[in-house]
Amino acid sequence: MRQLRWGLFASSFAVLAFAGAASAETIKVGVIATFSGPNAIWGKQFREAIQVYAAEHGTEVNGNTVEFIYKDVGGPNPDASKAAAQELLIREGVKYLAGFDFTPNAMAVAPLINQAKVPAVIFNAATSAINEQSEYFLRTSFTLWQVTVPIAQWAADNGAKKVITAVTDYNPGVDAESAFVSAFEEKGGTIVDKIRMPLQTTDFAPFMQRIKNSGADAVFAFLPAGPATFAFTKAYNENGLKEAGITFYGTGETDETTIDALGDQAIGLTTAYHYSGVHDSDLNRSFTAKLEEMFPQSRANLASVGAYDGVHLIYKMIEAAGTDGEKAIESSKGLSWESPRGLISIDPDSRHVIQNVYIRRVERAENGSLVNREFDTVENVPDLGFSR
Amino acid sequence: MTIALSILVDGVAYGMILFMISVGLSVTMGLMRIVNLAHGGFALLGGAFAHVLTVWYSVPFIAALAISVTAVTFLAIPLERLVYRRIYRFGELEQVLATIGIVFVVIAGVNLFLGSTLLPIRMPPEVSSPVDIGFKVLPLHRIIVILAGLAVVAALYLLVEQTRFGIYLRAAVDNQDTAASLGINTSKVYLAAFALGAALAAIGGILGAELLPIEAYYPLRYMVLFLIVVAVGGLGSIVGSFLAALSLGILDTAGRYLLPDMGTIFFFLAITALLAVRPNGLLVKPS
Repeated sequence: MRQLRWGLFASSFAVLAFAGAASAETIKVGVIATFSGPNAIWGKQFREAIQVYAAEHGTEVNGNTVEFIYKDVGGPNPDASKAAAQELLIREGVKYLAGFDFTPNAMAVAPLINQAKVPAVIFNAATSAINEQSEYFLRTSFTLWQVTVPIAQWAADNGAKKVITAVTDYNPGVDAESAFVSAFEEKGGTIVDKIRMPLQTTDFAPFMQRIKNSGADAVFAFLPAGPATFAFTKAYNENGLKEAGITFYGTGETDETTIDALGDQAIGLTTAYHYSGVHDSDLNRSFTAKLEEMFPQSRANLASVGAYDGVHLIYKMIEAAGTDGEKAIESSKGLSWESPRGLISIDPDSRHVIQNVYIRRVERAENGSLVNREFDTVENVPDLGFSR
Repeated sequence: MTIALSILVDGVAYGMILFMISVGLSVTMGLMRIVNLAHGGFALLGGAFAHVLTVWYSVPFIAALAISVTAVTFLAIPLERLVYRRIYRFGELEQVLATIGIVFVVIAGVNLFLGSTLLPIRMPPEVSSPVDIGFKVLPLHRIIVILAGLAVVAALYLLVEQTRFGIYLRAAVDNQDTAASLGINTSKVYLAAFALGAALAAIGGILGAELLPIEAYYPLRYMVLFLIVVAVGGLGSIVGSFLAALSLGILDTAGRYLLPDMGTIFFFLAITALLAVRPNGLLVKPS
């Protein structure tokens, strides 16, 4: 009993001492993302990747402890994002912001980070225009132009002559359509028709008929991953487009977190993207192995790698500039490192990541799950949509 | 001509899926007059069971369908006894609030156990293979759904119009006290009708999953679609829902073939116009 009491006494001192030391040099990072509702997968992937990075590299940078504070905004909700940023900056005194799954959520914090001179690292939101809103935005994900132009050029170089585009009728879809059409026509290809499909579409059969009748030899599709992609690829197979030899070109439709749900119908879909869970490198193998060890149900996808590299960037900035936001941004420009997706660097002009874009095809791996197998590379692509 | 035939075939196939996913609601909301926003919740539960059975345990599709529908029916019985029994007597707004609460509970439950990603239901490969019907290619699955829809509407019509149970149900809904005083066990009739509605919701969820894939937010994502079918069909009319689903399917498909750039505006404008002319739906029995 006495021993126990002494033990408790001693350990409470230890806790106090530790807490005292930590609070003096704790640098807080606010992560704004979606942790609830239909889009909760984004926040989950971010958080897990952050924890994997912290487990691999520790939470100390130059003697400072890095602490992550998570704020849920429940989906695309600019007002909630702004309120969360305000609270993090004023009440919590965070020195870095991170996260941002949806474009409007990132846009909403631009005035705040300008005022507070706090860097904000975007882990996903993929509209080129975001980084023009503030000098303090950095981005470790991708942009629509960055992955769409390469697939258009690659398709043109690899035998596609007549292409029909079929995109979901919302901002990113329209962006993807213009990127594809301009790049493909520049290469001398013909766009036979452009279809914009309503966001609520559930039955894609009529569009399949139009695609078939158009006489195109390939279709470029852009849809949100999840139910829309599921129904579209299903219709693509069931209405005989695959049999008719009309190639499917896409970008992020075959996301690792939903690909197994697509089933055999996904096999053979060709996409261009900056990250695949089975990217062939030692770093990626150790990253995915660690993720699987810590979160057995999880699979690495673009959100994981965006967050993983985002945390790396924040650690590097803390190392170079501590809590000085302006200096941190300067130190990040031109920074390059090896990511699980390959070699990447921060473009000094757009503060966006320059990276390889890989051409992949969906295959069934030896362990039975579906994967995006990379078979060609377009090297060092910058954000082709910046100040366009 | 080919276009007109294509619209007709695709439209009927789509309309039949709309009918299958909302027929359970025409029983609970249409016949029993409860504003049952939890309808999609039962469809989701059916789909989630079928997903677990076919994907985790490789149960054949037909067996999985039967087990899932039975499971949902047996879940619906205690739920009716404990919860819905009280909801019947509520006003309309309270029914909306209570049933939407049930939806949230179901969503949170599925989210907790299965996550928020897609929950596919594995079917034999022949079911999703294309079938050439001369002027166009149609997945075999659509043909199965068309046949299932016809069978369901015929069976329900006979049940409600031709059997003793149908008479009891209509009597109990029209005037519960009078029906009870005539010796009809109204609480049993309600229980049976409610369980039937839940079972149909589960069947619809599973058969419709090829088009409206199952995931945790299914009940909210497609709620408007279910409600439109029942509203256009008219409360209390199974045949009305059937005709409504078919015409909405054909209308929506025609819109996509002929005016693709108008998007869903065309669909909703047509529904608005229809409801302006016939505010009580396509077929409404004189009360």
